[in-house]
Amino acid sequence: MERLLSFESDHLRATELRLGLPGSDKPSVRPKNNKRASSEISQESKSNSCASNAGNDDERDSAPPAKVQVVGWPPIRSYRKNTLQVQAKTSESELCRGMYVKVSMDGAPYLRKIDLKVYTCYPELLNALENMFQLTIGKYSEREGYNGSDYAPTYEDKDGDWMLVGDVPWGMFITTCKRLRIMRGSEAKGLACV
Amino acid sequence: MRQDLTVQQMSEDDDRSPPLDLRCGAAPSINRARNCSGEAVSGSGSSTSSSIPASVPVTVTEYQSQYPDQVLEIVLENVLQFLTSRRDRNAASLVCKSWWRAEALTRSELFIGNCYAVSPDRARGRFRRVRSVVLKGKPRFADFNLMPPDWGAHFGPWVCVLANAYPWLEKVYLKRMSITDDDLALLAESFSGFKELTLVCCEGFGTCGLAFIASKCRQLRVLDLIETEVTDDEVDWISLFPEGETCLESLIFDCVDCAINFEALEKLVARSPFLRKLRLNRHVSIRQLYRLMVRAPQLTHLGTGKYGPSEVAQRQGDTEPDYIAAFAACKSLVCLSGFREITPDYLSAIYPVCANLTSLNFSYATITADQLKPVICNCHKLQIFWALDSICDEGLQAVAATCKELRELRVFPMNAQEDVEGPVSEVGLQAISEGCRKLQSILYFCQRMTNAAVIAMSSNCLELEVFRLCIMGRHRPDHATGEPMDEGFGAIVRNCRKLTRLAVSGLLTDRAFGYIGKYGKLIRTLSVAFAGDSDMGLKYVLEGCPKLQKLEIRDSPFGDAALRSGLHHYYNMRFLWMSSCRLTRQGCQEIAQAMPRLVVEVIRSDDEEETDNYVETLYMYRSLEGPRHDAPKFVTILR
Repeated sequence: MERLLSFESDHLRATELRLGLPGSDKPSVRPKNNKRASSEISQESKSNSCASNAGNDDERDSAPPAKVQVVGWPPIRSYRKNTLQVQAKTSESELCRGMYVKVSMDGAPYLRKIDLKVYTCYPELLNALENMFQLTIGKYSEREGYNGSDYAPTYEDKDGDWMLVGDVPWGMFITTCKRLRIMRGSEAKGLACV
Repeated sequence: MRQDLTVQQMSEDDDRSPPLDLRCGAAPSINRARNCSGEAVSGSGSSTSSSIPASVPVTVTEYQSQYPDQVLEIVLENVLQFLTSRRDRNAASLVCKSWWRAEALTRSELFIGNCYAVSPDRARGRFRRVRSVVLKGKPRFADFNLMPPDWGAHFGPWVCVLANAYPWLEKVYLKRMSITDDDLALLAESFSGFKELTLVCCEGFGTCGLAFIASKCRQLRVLDLIETEVTDDEVDWISLFPEGETCLESLIFDCVDCAINFEALEKLVARSPFLRKLRLNRHVSIRQLYRLMVRAPQLTHLGTGKYGPSEVAQRQGDTEPDYIAAFAACKSLVCLSGFREITPDYLSAIYPVCANLTSLNFSYATITADQLKPVICNCHKLQIFWALDSICDEGLQAVAATCKELRELRVFPMNAQEDVEGPVSEVGLQAISEGCRKLQSILYFCQRMTNAAVIAMSSNCLELEVFRLCIMGRHRPDHATGEPMDEGFGAIVRNCRKLTRLAVSGLLTDRAFGYIGKYGKLIRTLSVAFAGDSDMGLKYVLEGCPKLQKLEIRDSPFGDAALRSGLHHYYNMRFLWMSSCRLTRQGCQEIAQAMPRLVVEVIRSDDEEETDNYVETLYMYRSLEGPRHDAPKFVTILR
């Protein structure tokens, strides 16, 4: 009876789900250490993308590389860690906030909104506008504006002036653009000639 | 111990020695005679050159035969004032009693590497004319949360004694000390000529304490706060600096994470013509930085705040200031740092100063190799470079290609975890070793490394004094061969004959420690983590490294037998730290009993009783004072 039980328990152990390398199930000879680790782990595991093994303190040392975050390792001062974390959060939150501007199109009954932060350059933005409004905008040239198309994208800048999209560097554009307007070709030609 | 004997002898000598300055009356001691001369001491020397008063009715020959030692002492003091190095002074003080006395009277810079090694009273008793004090408190591993808070290292007891003993104190440098606002208040009130306050890795006070310093230290030249925690008491300390022209030469507050009154700061900078070093915190925007730079083009060291535009500023509709011109105007700029929350586009503003830069700290800037290259390719004079590993091996290759004068490199991880793919590796290290042959100091965090790259560095960078390699995955072997990292570190200690500081990592057997013990004859500081197989490892080091002063070990299988093998050496060390090793309480007790001048602290984590046989943390250090009286509950001092 006992043999049967041990046989079963061996098999049960073999099918047990654990984190750790296969074959590394010998008990650790190292003493329990860094008991503070569990509270630290729960703090640090929030920022970890990999699974952390909060329960298996003992096996940590015998089965490298374990996925447990150890107290004070790697040896980076918390000042430095915190600073980088704050920076990451700030930039994340800025990204999340987005930069939504209204887009109007001449003749369309209602306006749309797009997030300028999602794009990194003009072609991407124009592509998106073309898709949104089902039209073609054409290629930008400094001399002639958007030639070969019925529409021209324009924007209102922070001074209240209407400008042709594409004249200024992208970085400057997204910081000064207040709203977009897709003008009809006839009106747009007037803009390009200026 | 030696100091003990000399304390006794000092009192004997005072009884025996005849008076020097007869003006002072019957039988003053030598020390009092010195004080009676009433001359202000400058630097580290005494200015008493003639102590023979004209009115003394003694013939010259009588004087000489009665007081030959005193003439010698005068000469000695005048000579000793040229000795500035504390090691030289320590050696001089051991020659004989009179040299000891003379040295004690002329030492003006007091360095105390462990605030518990000696009491404030004892220090004051020996050194009577101190202008500058350096005090270090907690051991380094406390920085990494390995020590519970409130362990000690309080500045309070020191500042009380200093306030009474040294009214002419000018400089205080504290590292890893616990400081309160009251301590800073007392400091500010007690020393009218106070000039320099530097606080590194300290904690316990807030902007309230800074307010005291700013308002009361009218001669303040230096206020440097480096990686120190300062709580926000919402006090506008910047506006409390005295009106009118200040003496300020250095103002470093990048770690003070509180909003500041920018107008007050701008006015302060405008009325500080001697200001050379300014490091701002992240609450100062780049536009504000511009205004400060315009007011202080004489700066040599600049730490920016937030280095990128804020949306609010944009919407206000101002045109962008000419940052390039501002940097170009700072013709003396040699050191740049800060660059927090960086917008890489703005890096081009620093191009004008790159050619003169000797120190560049990008360790808070998450920039890529491509963003680094246009900057670094101009930095031919760079000697110190700190960066994040976001620059990748490619960025390091760019550094190696240009920075031939590099002395110090530090590469920090953006992502301080163990199992991620790292952006820097042996490739970067190899490149640096080939390009930067004058390298003296390196701190390198990585996820993978090879022995070959470390060996290459050992043979290319023969000037190395500090080698700190942190392979973040614990027990990680050579990435290419699967071998332990023994040979790499072995080569470092064997080839780098000037090595004084070493930090090891990765998979290491006792063999690595054998190499360290055999070749690391100049090593003073050694950091070990997750390394070694047995007691032999620690034995090799304790028996082989005669200059070892600071040994910090964590999570390594060293036990009581190994601890015993260092008995011959512990009095020569500043401290030994061992946490999560295999030490038993009995083993530590044996050491405490064998060495009465050693303070053996057993530290357990805050929240529990010591139930296991193994000691969680052993921290032991030599001390003249015996067990300290301010030990918290979780510290047990063994006897």
